Amino acid sequence: MKAFFLALLKSRAGLFGFLLVSVFVLAAILAPYLSLPVPTRSNLLARMVAPTWTGLFSPGAHPLGTDELGRDILSRIVHGSRITLAIAAAAVVLGGIVGTLLGIVAGYYRGMVDRVLMRIVDIQLALPLMLLALLVVAALGPSTRNLVIVLALTSWLRYARIIRGQVLALREREFILSAHAIGAGTWRIMLKHLLPNVMTPALVIATLELARIIIMDAALSFLGLGVQPPNPSWGRMLADGRVYISTAWWIVTFPGIAILLTVLSVNLLGDWLRDHFDPKLRTMR
Amino acid sequence: MTRYLVGKLAESLLALWGVVTIVFFVSRVLGDPAVLLLPVGAGQQDLDALRASLGLDRPILEQYVISVLAMVRGDFGISFQHQRPAMDVVLERMPVTATLAGTALLFGTLIGAVAGAIAALKRGTISEFIVMVAALLGQATPVFWLGIMLILVFSVDLGWFPTGGSGTIAHLVLPGLTLSVFVSASIARLLRSSLLDIMREDYVRTARAKGLLPRTVFFWHIARNALIPVITMIGIIAGELLGGSVVIETVFAWPGVGRIIMQAIQAQDFPVIQAGVALVAAIFIVVNLAVDLLYGVLDPRIRRR
Repeated sequence: MKAFFLALLKSRAGLFGFLLVSVFVLAAILAPYLSLPVPTRSNLLARMVAPTWTGLFSPGAHPLGTDELGRDILSRIVHGSRITLAIAAAAVVLGGIVGTLLGIVAGYYRGMVDRVLMRIVDIQLALPLMLLALLVVAALGPSTRNLVIVLALTSWLRYARIIRGQVLALREREFILSAHAIGAGTWRIMLKHLLPNVMTPALVIATLELARIIIMDAALSFLGLGVQPPNPSWGRMLADGRVYISTAWWIVTFPGIAILLTVLSVNLLGDWLRDHFDPKLRTMR
Repeated sequence: MTRYLVGKLAESLLALWGVVTIVFFVSRVLGDPAVLLLPVGAGQQDLDALRASLGLDRPILEQYVISVLAMVRGDFGISFQHQRPAMDVVLERMPVTATLAGTALLFGTLIGAVAGAIAALKRGTISEFIVMVAALLGQATPVFWLGIMLILVFSVDLGWFPTGGSGTIAHLVLPGLTLSVFVSASIARLLRSSLLDIMREDYVRTARAKGLLPRTVFFWHIARNALIPVITMIGIIAGELLGGSVVIETVFAWPGVGRIIMQAIQAQDFPVIQAGVALVAAIFIVVNLAVDLLYGVLDPRIRRR
């Protein structure tokens, strides 16, 4: 653990990502205690107030301005992060575990197992992710649980497909052939020899996926199919603010920057994790 | 190779059938279109009559068999909303979507491939840094928000391009640019990481050690193998873009396939949902077939299976 943080301190990009992710996660956890204005309380006397940076600590300050109902945008962004981050994390874990294991199984067994799994992947891949999500959300109804399921459903096959490809090539390599030769069991080969070797791509995919899922979550909310109002959600804020683009640029700008910074920091951290945990890279040092 | 091809084709048709089946049953869960089509206050009798005329009163399996058989003949039924063949409604939107998808793929892939290769080959230089920062920013930006920001700057403030619609090159610039950013960022990052992985392989060291020209090693040993995951990625992106990026089409009021399917889902227009999804799926499957064939060409280890 100590070595892990010492290594992290040496990487500027990794440290930056780690700190930024920590700030966002802390802000999300501590949101109710931050004495921010109530995110759902509208104030018709303070509608579309432009961002002001004077008197930041006075009660009526709106550092990022207010929206069309006079709700404080900073508070809505911070409270919105709770929902967004929880949903995205749950979906990535669910999709990643399922996808990686299925990818290894398909690449290792080949034959019928591989064909059936890849047919399922192809059938699903043949539906654009957004359309699939729209169809499923429309059929199941929009709710937080359904959103996690839909996002994981759009995610597992990216792992499965790419990792299967890697395993197809890996299983011809000498170390797998020799593991066979000394009589290692199927599960031992898959979990001890193949899994560590596909962790790098799985981590890279998970990074890209967490980022993609945060964005897709926002996109579904943007189309009105995500977290339901009045709960603040980044995507909804974008959709509502778009209408006022020519009069109040801040309503649509700041939630987007929040998404951008979150996704950016997750990506930076993920890249560093990859470099840190990649066994091939480590032997080179 | 012929057997490989025939097998792949059969698998493709199976995938298409799977998609059609899923969409048939999912769209039946969505709701009863007869209720939506009739004015409020219509009697049960009118409802039953309309259901019968649409074939919605028959057992669900019978409806399924009838629609699959009709689809094989290319008949997807009459759109409830538009009162025209459903496939025509969707096909009309295809050129618009294909224009946008083609533009984004072409520019996105070119920029992404060049940037990714530079980042891998010039490791540790300022070029790599710039490419990676740009790619990271590009990938972290939600496309629809980027679209809105571009509209804010180039349409609302500067007035250079229209805020939405389609028809001229000027209409294509902002949505095309928006999607290219997304495509090129993904490809640049993946190609770089893939190239760096391959460059450490033993066979690359062997190729260098036996004195091959650096150019030969790069094109024959490194690039060919590094392209495999990139081609997978391009296939997926192409399929997604050709299906119409619903959100971007919404932001730019781009009258493409994605929007017509989205509207059909909202209106529970089953024939259009089925025609749209079947078309999009068929396009994707063809792209996928091409990717599989390229795999074989690029990686001899896979060709032998």
